[in-house]
Amino acid sequence: MAKNKTILYAAILAFTFIAPFAFPAFGTQLATLWLMIIVALTWDMTGGQMGYNSLGNIFFYGTGMYVAALISIGMVYDIGDYTNAAGGGIYKFTDLQYFGGLALGVLGAGLFCSVVAVVIGYLTFGLRGPYFAIGTLGVAIAAGELVSNWDWVGGGQGIALPVYPGDLDTGKIFFYFLFAAVGVSTFLFAKWLYGTRFGAAINAIRDDEEKADAMGIHTLRYKLYTWAMAAFFVGLAGGISAFQLIHFEPLESAYQTINLGIFMVVCVLLGGKGTLWGPVIGAILFHLFKEVTWNYLLGWQWVALGALIVVTVVYFQDGVMGYLMHRYPELFGIKVDEKTREEVA
Amino acid sequence: MSDIIINVQNVSKSFGGVQANTNVTMQVETGGITGLIGPNGSGKTTLFNSIVGYHPIDGGSIQFEGQEISKLPVQQIARRGLLRTFQQTRIYGAMNGIENMLISLPHRKMKIWDALKTYTREDYERADHLLEFVGLYEKRMLKSGDLSFGQQKLLEFAMALMNEPTCLLLDEPTAGINPTLINGLIDRLKRANTEFGITLFVIEHNMRVIMNMAETIYCLAHGELLAQGTPDEIQNDQRVIDAYLGAH
Ligand SMILES: Nc1ncnc2c1ncn2[C@@H]1O[C@H](COP(=O)(O)OP(=O)(O)OP(=O)(O)O)[C@@H](O)[C@H]1O
Ligand SMILES: [Mg+2]
Repeated sequence: MAKNKTILYAAILAFTFIAPFAFPAFGTQLATLWLMIIVALTWDMTGGQMGYNSLGNIFFYGTGMYVAALISIGMVYDIGDYTNAAGGGIYKFTDLQYFGGLALGVLGAGLFCSVVAVVIGYLTFGLRGPYFAIGTLGVAIAAGELVSNWDWVGGGQGIALPVYPGDLDTGKIFFYFLFAAVGVSTFLFAKWLYGTRFGAAINAIRDDEEKADAMGIHTLRYKLYTWAMAAFFVGLAGGISAFQLIHFEPLESAYQTINLGIFMVVCVLLGGKGTLWGPVIGAILFHLFKEVTWNYLLGWQWVALGALIVVTVVYFQDGVMGYLMHRYPELFGIKVDEKTREEVA
Repeated sequence: MSDIIINVQNVSKSFGGVQANTNVTMQVETGGITGLIGPNGSGKTTLFNSIVGYHPIDGGSIQFEGQEISKLPVQQIARRGLLRTFQQTRIYGAMNGIENMLISLPHRKMKIWDALKTYTREDYERADHLLEFVGLYEKRMLKSGDLSFGQQKLLEFAMALMNEPTCLLLDEPTAGINPTLINGLIDRLKRANTEFGITLFVIEHNMRVIMNMAETIYCLAHGELLAQGTPDEIQNDQRVIDAYLGAH
């Protein structure tokens, strides 16, 4: 079993390395797939593992974009002047300024989002169930509106970042590997976290928070830390996206609540909430579905997507992993009492 | 008075028009087993809820180990080592017995970096040992939600022990337990008290059980303290007899 797992992981890692070279035409889609995996995995940290369904995680994506952009620009130029000229091509970045700004910007985005998650979490974790979902959605919507009215950061026009200083194809591969690195790190981090006492504590919060309180678990503290960890990785992803997209604006690309903000939830539901692999599988299936419908069902793609969401939510709530666990519990080390099984049958 | 671990003074609690507790005063002695009885709806669970900070009280004072706790939230009281089990039993139904035990490790003794470790061999051994202690070892790998109500009660008791409390409030520990197993449970409760040194404060409907275990018994009726004394005194108290007869 352990050997099979090693082979599986090795195969996935090998595919990760080869994919952008084997399918050069799909470079950007593959990068986007990793982005989907990152936001799905991090959404599941609170949504699936802790029972807090946030609709506002896109806030960290958008904020990550802005923070990364502002750090990298601010290190070289006056931000107000820069955005006033809308990037305008007059502002040149040396290679060192570009890559240095990218590195610090992306890292800064992750850290900033972590801190903000603690602050917002402090205000919103008193809310339960749908109230938490709507509360966090409100934060993301409000942030988008605020930023689009903030001229210093480019207002509704958004920000244009310098272009990757190399040829286009190398740039694509570069961003692919950035996303892949963050994706793999997110996965390994989640895998480790869920095996710790911390992981068990957030599961306890999900299953019965009142009982967790009564047992003396620091519920609020765990909730804040978990969201901060999720926000860190989403912030990184947002920061990378900012450089990959070159130009982004607040409502359609940064705080895109109805696109990526909802997609990440659908990915997790499709793949299986509260499991390590569910978000990954869900992101892959969802991304395939989306690419296919966008290419072959143009005009109907949103209808198809809506139908997928409805079918998932109504008929397939436990997702692929949930289905497999129910069907083959032994594979997952779940023991079913023979007696209860007979009773159920 | 240093041998008093829980000191309840003139505590009142009402829900809208229902006066669930009126000026209740009682003491739980350190290291002993104290009983709380009373007819259905007499306010026993409400008093437990007040003590563990589950809801704010209307008036009075509650001290634990000499410190006022009536304004503290549930978790902080739990982290001081004052724990409760629920009358309706609360376990993590989706987890198996071992997972339920591990999650009950005392977090008050854990720093954040301790929480970021995986469970140790000792943790597992302790879990196994306590599951054995309550007689659930055979069922430890089963999904806890599939256990019978009585087994879930036992599991909740084991979880509480895992948490290493100084004082444990048990809300009807024998309710739903197979009558043939009750003697064994009484024995375990007593051993939790003597061997692990945990002070017990027990709500119980089964008179035989409570008379067998407790050194001091308090009786509530209509939210007020009706009587207190040794099992013998309580058994022969005419007011207690009347309260129970009147209730049925
Ligand atoms: N959360 C609540 N809201 C409203 N009324 C409540 C609440 N909790 C308890 N009560 C009322 O307070 C009174 C005392 O209830 P309590 O549960 O404390 O009794 P009890 O002695 O534990 O009874 P039992 O032996 O049936 O468990 C009852 O009349 C009950 O209906
Ligand atoms: Mg009760």
